[in-house]
Amino acid sequence: MATLGDLAKLVRSKNAGPFWLTIDIMFDDADAYRRARDAEIVNRAAIARLYNRSPNEIIVVNHDMAQAIKVSFPRPQSSGSKLDSDAYGGQQYAPLLSLEVPG
Amino acid sequence: MASFPLVSATGMLGSGFRAESLDKAISLGARMIGCDAGSTDPGPGPLATGTCMFSAAAVKRDTEIMMTRAVKAGIPLIIGSAGTSGSDQGLAWMVGIVDEIAREQDLHFKLAVIHSELPQEVVRHHLRDGRARPLPPSAPLTDADIDAATHIVGMMGVEPIQEALRAGAQIVVAGRSSDTSIFSAMPLLEGYKPAVVWHMAKILECGAAAVTVRTAPDSMMAVLHEDNFEVFPLRDDYRCTPQSVASHTLYENADPFELKEPSGTLRTNNARYEAVSDRAVRVSGSEFVHDPEYTIKLEGVRRVGYSTILMGGVRDPYILSEIDSWLAQLDENVKTRIRNTVGNQPYEIVTRVYGRDGVMGALEPLRGKVGGHEAFILWDVISDSQELSRSIATSLSHMAVHNPIPRWNGLISGVAFPYSPPEIDRGAVYEFHLNHVLVPDNPTSLFHTEYAEI
Repeated sequence: MATLGDLAKLVRSKNAGPFWLTIDIMFDDADAYRRARDAEIVNRAAIARLYNRSPNEIIVVNHDMAQAIKVSFPRPQSSGSKLDSDAYGGQQYAPLLSLEVPG
Repeated sequence: MASFPLVSATGMLGSGFRAESLDKAISLGARMIGCDAGSTDPGPGPLATGTCMFSAAAVKRDTEIMMTRAVKAGIPLIIGSAGTSGSDQGLAWMVGIVDEIAREQDLHFKLAVIHSELPQEVVRHHLRDGRARPLPPSAPLTDADIDAATHIVGMMGVEPIQEALRAGAQIVVAGRSSDTSIFSAMPLLEGYKPAVVWHMAKILECGAAAVTVRTAPDSMMAVLHEDNFEVFPLRDDYRCTPQSVASHTLYENADPFELKEPSGTLRTNNARYEAVSDRAVRVSGSEFVHDPEYTIKLEGVRRVGYSTILMGGVRDPYILSEIDSWLAQLDENVKTRIRNTVGNQPYEIVTRVYGRDGVMGALEPLRGKVGGHEAFILWDVISDSQELSRSIATSLSHMAVHNPIPRWNGLISGVAFPYSPPEIDRGAVYEFHLNHVLVPDNPTSLFHTEYAEI
């Protein structure tokens, strides 16, 4: 079965301000985007499990025009604070890459 | 029909762009040059220390190209979030560069410098009047938060920049500004519709970031019309497509359909993106909803302590296989030793194990084991003084090297230190702690502007 890492043209994470983290899963191919979107594998419960967060603080948005799925949630600690290891938030997307996309 | 062409020199002042790109924008009739110079991405350091994330040489190179073009063409140049943080120190540093270029190039213009650093008493006064609100996920603002802040800046909207333009300033160097206000101020002043203007500004603020493949930072141009705008890159080998432009609303935002500004919210749910050529895109259909309350976002930092770090590697498979208990034992032994040497002074040791969960920490789903044949350990000792942190770190390094493991009988050396001495003082360390907005008396009341004829 194909994974999100196989299907996406770009998966990236970044700060959305010092207190939030946001992840973009972007597709070149409209079919691949619809397949990932409609399978609903990127949902609040799945993200909460994967990242050890509470589901009610997670935002998942499908952006059809951009052919992208976007996930955002508050950082466990603010950017660059003493317990943080990723000031830009740039290396927090990897666990999503192995999610399997049915179809 | 009226139109307003404008150019964003680059997404981050000091990251570079081609001079030819800006020249092309001028030849296409650009009526202003804008450039964002700030970010909170590098963490609390720039606001805490007043230093820019780029070198003076890098910022001067970009600024000189913008200034010479703007003055020659007789159009405004607007630089926002000067010196990365927009603090008074960052702003003064940026103004120093502008002055130096003006002298060297014999440029003459009216300069506006807009301050955004806020004294504690101003913030305290708003809190007392019930005009401070927390943003998610933070708790309400307290007096203790304000007292602890070493620097606070307010993120300005378009109004202080518009005031400077109305006063005849040709070059505006602003402290902390919303990225979009840099590009929205002048077209809003000329009466263009807020929905069109703010969406255009969101695309332009990152320079050429909204092209399909950006090999290096560069300029980006937009032409505003009554109900839409076109956006296109200035390098011949760059292209914008409807998807690349639509995708840019995702960048650095928690929600791509709701972009908050001091005066309201841009909603892009119904935006349309159409190709008008193989490299230009027309955007229309967004809405701008004015908020009942005008708000200014705060950014603030406080000092957490002084840090001394230790870096070391482990290759022994027996240590790696039980790294958690090995580190717990070290932690116990260090606690006892430190109590015996420095007493009960507070300190903290943050241990990152690369190869286990060093990059993701609490977000790592595979935490709990080392996956490869070696691991890198970064110890961060934080206390109220550099001397104490260093003193603790010297005990820690010695105890870490000789921390025993059950498999071996006898004294071991279990950590490889790449540096001698292994302890590295990092100075004061800070954290962002304000995630709040103030309701100001009016949109310009928290900011003050100085003018100079250069």
